[in-house]
Amino acid sequence: MISIKNLHVSVGDKPILKGVNLEIPAGEVHAIMGPNGAGKSTLSHVLSGKEGYTVTEGSVTYKGQDLLALEPEMRAREGVFLAFQYPVEIPGVSNIYLLKAALNAMRKHHGKDEVDALDFLTMVKGKIKALEMDEKFLYRAVNEGFSGGEKKRNEILQAAILEPSFCILDETDSGLDIDALKVVSKGVNALRDEARSFLMITHYQRLLDYITPDVVHVLADGKIVKSGGPELALELEAKGYHWVEEQVA
Amino acid sequence: MSSSAEEIEKVIGQKYKEGFVTEIEVETFEPGLNEDIIARLSAIKGEPEFMLQYRLQAFRHWQTLEEPDWAQLNIDPIDYQAISYYSAPKKDSEKPQSLDEVDPELLDTYKKLGIPLDEQERLAGVAVDAVFDSVSVATTFKGKLKDAGVIFCPISEALQEYPELVKQYLGTVVSEKDNFFASLNAAVFTDGSFVYIPKGVRCPMELSTYFRINAANTGQFERTLIIADDDSHVSYLEGCTAPMRDENQLHAAVVELVAMNNAEIKYSTVQNWYPGDENGVGGIYNFVTKRAECRGDNSKVSWTQVETGSAITWKYPSCVLLGDNSVGEFYSVAVTNNYQQADTGTKMIHIGKNTSSTIISKGISAGKSQNTYRGLVKVAKSAENARNYTQCDSLLVGDTCGAHTFPYVEVKQPSAQVEHEATTSKISEDQLFFCQQRGISAEDAVSMIVNGFCKSVFKELPMEFAVEAQALLGLSLEGSVG
Ligand SMILES: Nc1ncnc2c1ncn2[C@@H]1O[C@H](COP(=O)(O)OP(=O)(O)OP(=O)(O)O)[C@@H](O)[C@H]1O
Ligand SMILES: [Mg+2]
Repeated sequence: MISIKNLHVSVGDKPILKGVNLEIPAGEVHAIMGPNGAGKSTLSHVLSGKEGYTVTEGSVTYKGQDLLALEPEMRAREGVFLAFQYPVEIPGVSNIYLLKAALNAMRKHHGKDEVDALDFLTMVKGKIKALEMDEKFLYRAVNEGFSGGEKKRNEILQAAILEPSFCILDETDSGLDIDALKVVSKGVNALRDEARSFLMITHYQRLLDYITPDVVHVLADGKIVKSGGPELALELEAKGYHWVEEQVA
Repeated sequence: MSSSAEEIEKVIGQKYKEGFVTEIEVETFEPGLNEDIIARLSAIKGEPEFMLQYRLQAFRHWQTLEEPDWAQLNIDPIDYQAISYYSAPKKDSEKPQSLDEVDPELLDTYKKLGIPLDEQERLAGVAVDAVFDSVSVATTFKGKLKDAGVIFCPISEALQEYPELVKQYLGTVVSEKDNFFASLNAAVFTDGSFVYIPKGVRCPMELSTYFRINAANTGQFERTLIIADDDSHVSYLEGCTAPMRDENQLHAAVVELVAMNNAEIKYSTVQNWYPGDENGVGGIYNFVTKRAECRGDNSKVSWTQVETGSAITWKYPSCVLLGDNSVGEFYSVAVTNNYQQADTGTKMIHIGKNTSSTIISKGISAGKSQNTYRGLVKVAKSAENARNYTQCDSLLVGDTCGAHTFPYVEVKQPSAQVEHEATTSKISEDQLFFCQQRGISAEDAVSMIVNGFCKSVFKELPMEFAVEAQALLGLSLEGSVG
């Protein structure tokens, strides 16, 4: 699905990613953990095409294409989805309007007609129910006045509707209460299938209790310093990042 | 500049689609302004004597005035002697009696502008008066309106056919001494629409006037007068466009509305005069005095404007709320891009008891433009229980433009309630990236955010025009993404 090779990224003169190598085959869920400021969100932004980052070395191949050459909206239409660590508010634009515009942009890109208004509503209502959200959220402005947890849930709603093939979740668990964590995890698990891959950024084992990853990576100081199975997360929780950093040093 | 900034530029900077010139034989006065010119103008229009006297009086007063300079506008000096005050397509006979007699070149012009004058083709339920430079070239559905008792015709025709009616109302809302541009207009106005809705009549269709400036070096001096008699109702819409030219051109209009007891006038404007190019060259100077008098009890006037065009806009559609329980409304979307400047807003003058007014203003600035809201809410001592609600929001696209708000409030009646809310926001890079990450292009994102911002005003427009206004907004913001 996605293959990241020796990726170096700077912001201005400051190197942030210093040679990231990562392969995520179709159908797998990879978790990335790592200390604050390690470069996790930077990686998610570079993959989704946010401005302000300079790739100084390396490559990213996604479904056989050079991902870094695509405009951000093209990456999205090709199935790259980022659930933001800090979702923005868009006053005046209702959630349902955004969802429909996004879905239609995808459909157009794939040569399909615009979605029928009634079919769309039925589909959206099904998904919103599965995420145990109130339908009222559909008619509120995108994220405006949403609580932290509601914003995160709203990101997953968007993923559920757009059905991306590569889904990056940047700390989707932070800010969620225990019940919400279960619901959101259920939503993510429902999306799991052999054609869809996930890159899940998190600080907590908690999330991994609900969404079992195939591989866990530790990103520290701009590099992946250790990879392993789900047990690596448990070990990290017990021993802290110092343990990995010492091992590497 | 970041790439999304370039995209905003691209969205806002799209070509002006109405910028073509119609090649047609015209009769044009030589440039210059004096009493002779005014006399010729009045004669060519076959006006009654009182009109000539009115014009001359206005002209003499105008000569004593100076251009106003209190607005937040940078205006290059205007040489009033270099402008031609009359230009009209040449015609063989008298005014065409039916559409078949209208020059096909003109019909074609309006068709290109999306305003087919053929009654069969026209949006059902909308009558159009088409004003081309200094004259009205056609008015549709006159017969059908006449059956309902409604008078809808060019004001030049009204002066010939209903001189008493015009005389009774003309200049009673905006006097010929009101201000510099209003005096100039009173002296030299050429055409515009006249509407009279008799007592108890609900106008059976939307009325609209489409103003087109075509000739070079001419000014357009539009004059519109709408009277809604007791218990009547009318919805009126005006649209405006002009060719792309490097010279600035002057449009100085006066619009007067009179609403009698229980009458209601809804007046909507989609102003899309040529705004000048991306370097600020050319464009229309739009200096407009629009005022309504709610003379009768329980009368109501709503102004809705979508202002996307003109190099400079100076315009404050106002309501004088004389009748008890009368209502004034002002809904405005003003978009400026590149080097456009707009200083626009409203005045709500409360005089009658229990009068109420609502002001919703949405200013969108992009490029290097300046967008100013200027509004006055005045409550006289007599206006017991007057109420006003004002909401004034500015949206900035990029960081080289400016938004300014000048709300003035004068309250002389202690029972009055006046509320004012204002916000300023900016389309952020993060918002655009978020939309792009959901597959929506930056242009579409800007247009979506801007439309969301303007929603509360667009819903006041008649259906067909709301759609048009939305599309227009997208076009005028083309190239503006940051
Ligand atoms: N625009 C920027 N300008 C300067 N420094 C930046 C910029 N963006 C990111 N950085 C720096 O890059 C480093 C990595 O940031 P990033 O947000 O990727 O960390 P993270 O691993 O996601 O951390 P957290 O766990 O706290 O979310 C940090 O030191 C951050 O300050
Ligand atoms: Mg982060």
